Amino acid sequence: MVGLLVVSHSADAAQGIRDIAAEMGGADAEIVPVGGDPDGGIGTSVPAIQEALDGMNSDEVVILVDLGSAVMNAEMAVETAEKEVVIADAPVLEGTLNAAVEAANPKGTLESVRDSAEEARDVSKL
Amino acid sequence: MTTSSDAEAAVAAVEHVADRIEAEKSHLTDLDSAIGDADHGANLHRGFQAAVEKVQGLDDPDVQEVVKTVGVTLVSEVGGAAGPLYGGSIMSASTEFADGLDAETSVAFAEAYLEKLQDRGDARVGDKTMVDAVTPAVHTYKKSVEQDDLPPVAALAKAVDAARRGVEFTVPLRASKGRASYLGWRSVGHQDPGATSTLMILEELLAAAEERTDADTEVDAASPTIPDEDPEAAEEAD
Repeated sequence: MVGLLVVSHSADAAQGIRDIAAEMGGADAEIVPVGGDPDGGIGTSVPAIQEALDGMNSDEVVILVDLGSAVMNAEMAVETAEKEVVIADAPVLEGTLNAAVEAANPKGTLESVRDSAEEARDVSKL
Repeated sequence: MTTSSDAEAAVAAVEHVADRIEAEKSHLTDLDSAIGDADHGANLHRGFQAAVEKVQGLDDPDVQEVVKTVGVTLVSEVGGAAGPLYGGSIMSASTEFADGLDAETSVAFAEAYLEKLQDRGDARVGDKTMVDAVTPAVHTYKKSVEQDDLPPVAALAKAVDAARRGVEFTVPLRASKGRASYLGWRSVGHQDPGATSTLMILEELLAAAEERTDADTEVDAASPTIPDEDPEAAEEAD
């Protein structure tokens, strides 16, 4: 099963996004939130992302990210990860929602979950 | 030149940098609060304090190990974009010091650093980032060493001048990378914090190198031969 890692500058935001997506994706999807800098402030940190990745049950993980440094720190964590991990180029909330639905699908793959997340780029709200 | 003297020079340079970042913490944060998220000073300070402790605690390291340790520590401790940009680039370029610290390996390090930095941040000159300071510094250093045949310390001094002009060059630019890019035209007129911290680091590497050159010159004042290795202390992390 494919897991989701939500990386935000804010631990609260990551948790909130996880909660919203879990409602949509059902209880089956593994969605892990991580956020905050090494001092616990607003930011992202490589060791925190690595730790979150290592702690996940899923062998395949799609990472959802918010702003620039979340991308860079996630990339560094991916380089040392011992599982198959990809970063989705998607808006973090909508992307996580879409990905959670696909991750809960028993036929979901790493690619299909990432694609679902990235489909959220084209969703218009108005 | 012994390996341990290279490593000693590298540790001294890290101490210089950490002291300077500590002194400039508020200045960097002020620059970052104008066009970023106001954490550049605090983040770098946390990173370099940890880096000093780590490298001082190494047991008989070579220069590559010192430089690599700085990179790894910055990645872990800095957070934000500066962690992977500074730390990741230093880490990956540190392999260029496998054969020790000299003019040739320092140029190779500088080029590898720039390449990794551009790759990681996907930034080019004119994007209003640290690349605007690093690029002219690296090109100037390489040219000064390889074409103009300057000793490494003199080449580093030229590189610092080039970085300083690069920092000034960021002021009128509109940011197209990083947090500042969200501000659009409001980023114009502000000096880039990452380019500024890059300049500070280069200035301290130069200061450390000059100190070392002076010390070596004094030691060798009574000797009939002028040591050819003294300027090489300069380049461990430019």
